[in-house]
Amino acid sequence: MTVAALFFYLFSAVMIAAAFMVIAARNPVHSVLFLILAFFNAAGLFLLLGAEFLAMILVVVYVGAVAVLFLFVVMMLDVDFAELRQGFLQYLPIGGTIGAIVLIELVLVLASFTTAPGSIANVTTPLPPGMSNTMALGRVLYTQYVYLFQAAGLVLLTAMIGAIVLTLRHKVAVKRQNVAMQNARTPKEAVELRKVQSRQGI
Amino acid sequence: MSETGTFLAVLIALVKSVAVLFLLLIFIAYVLYADRKIWAAVQLRRGPNVVGPWGLLQSFADMLKFVLKEPVIPDGANKGVFLLAPFVMGMLSLAAWAVIPIADGWAVADLNVGILYIFAISSLSVYGIIMGGWASNSKYPFLSALRSAAQMISYEVSIGFVIITVLLCAGSLNLGEIVAAQDTDYGLLGWYWLPLFPMFVIFFISALAETNRPPFDLVEAESELVAGFMVEYSSTPYMLFMLAEYVAIITMCALTTILFLGGWLSPLPFEPFTSVPGPIWFILKVCAVFFMFAMVKAFVPRYRYDQLMRLGWKIFLPISLAMVVLVAAVLQATGWGAGMAQ
Repeated sequence: MTVAALFFYLFSAVMIAAAFMVIAARNPVHSVLFLILAFFNAAGLFLLLGAEFLAMILVVVYVGAVAVLFLFVVMMLDVDFAELRQGFLQYLPIGGTIGAIVLIELVLVLASFTTAPGSIANVTTPLPPGMSNTMALGRVLYTQYVYLFQAAGLVLLTAMIGAIVLTLRHKVAVKRQNVAMQNARTPKEAVELRKVQSRQGI
Repeated sequence: MSETGTFLAVLIALVKSVAVLFLLLIFIAYVLYADRKIWAAVQLRRGPNVVGPWGLLQSFADMLKFVLKEPVIPDGANKGVFLLAPFVMGMLSLAAWAVIPIADGWAVADLNVGILYIFAISSLSVYGIIMGGWASNSKYPFLSALRSAAQMISYEVSIGFVIITVLLCAGSLNLGEIVAAQDTDYGLLGWYWLPLFPMFVIFFISALAETNRPPFDLVEAESELVAGFMVEYSSTPYMLFMLAEYVAIITMCALTTILFLGGWLSPLPFEPFTSVPGPIWFILKVCAVFFMFAMVKAFVPRYRYDQLMRLGWKIFLPISLAMVVLVAAVLQATGWGAGMAQ
């Protein structure tokens, strides 16, 4: 067995185990931590395939940003574990049936799934020889798919503005910091010296 | 490659990693010592001067002290995550050193996406803090973890844009090639700190914030949060946090050196300076950047939290975003930069 195969089995085994633990862990924070482990191993698998740019972006975006937000939300939740487990038996038949149906469907689809022999050669944009995959990805994104790429950017921008509009509230009673005004203050207008008479106060 | 060849390559990588780790840890011991000495000198104190000649063995004495003490785990803590957090933090901070080239080709792994790897690894170090803060099951650590996560994510954005401008100029994501792109006939005037001076300043300040150094050490602002997310930690776990913090600082110094100060290149491009080995220049530059880190710690008062957020989102982000557009436009119009040749 070569080293690459060894690492492949290591990453895949850890990833599957972590993915299972995401749904099996009792504590939701542990679930998110296992999810992060699964992402990490997926990045390892990308690396083994030679897709180093995708691997790093997966870590930066999913592990570094998305999962942090997940973790925050889950940490803030006030979860009552006893209550969570209460309905377990009640929903078991429905959940079990749906799970079984999906499993059977997956088996049926994947068992008959084959790749057409010539289709690998028909990949629309093969990696040019002597070019790193970061550069190749950049070339494809900014030439062939530039409009789609920009459209995706616009969709994201809209989503971002939407999120801001939904959450932005201007409270009137809150004291706001105006940094320009704070910096413009001088000791003359901010400090006042007073002579305080003994036993009289101000 | 044959099977024995790959196994040999794995073995060589292992040996290299152990060597880098060993040298790095010794270096960290003296960086800690230097930090305390510089801080002391600014405040007209002597600093550590008892253990060994001039106190040179102070860090090792501290390490022994931490290791020999009893680790206390709080009763309400989530034990597994509580102990995992310092390990995650220590491991991630050390992992970044796998790709940092100390001289031409002197890196454990010469990745094509080296800079992205460092960016990814440094964006993960926030997990150590969140996990530690949450697992302690105590108010101060949790508040500190929330603060630090917000802080690190905010400054990562501007660091990302700074890195993009450097990448535009260098035309590569490989750290070695970024340094090679700065190798011109002008010596230290040809390094990126001069043409990208605003980005250099932003990167330095963001690096301070990213590593939770003063003046941005709101994570462990002792006047309000006791000792931040580390309140409940003691003994070896605490030492691991401390170590990770300093390794992260040195990583940022090394990254500043590579991106803006020409890595292992000599500042004066003629003899006898060019015959000085590259690693010496590299270490000197890292020490110089660290000296700036230490001086800032000594004489800048701590930021308020809202000022920190304002600086990150309202000042650094727009400036760095504008600089990305500007640099790209200039490079496109003039054809400068190594990246344009391809």
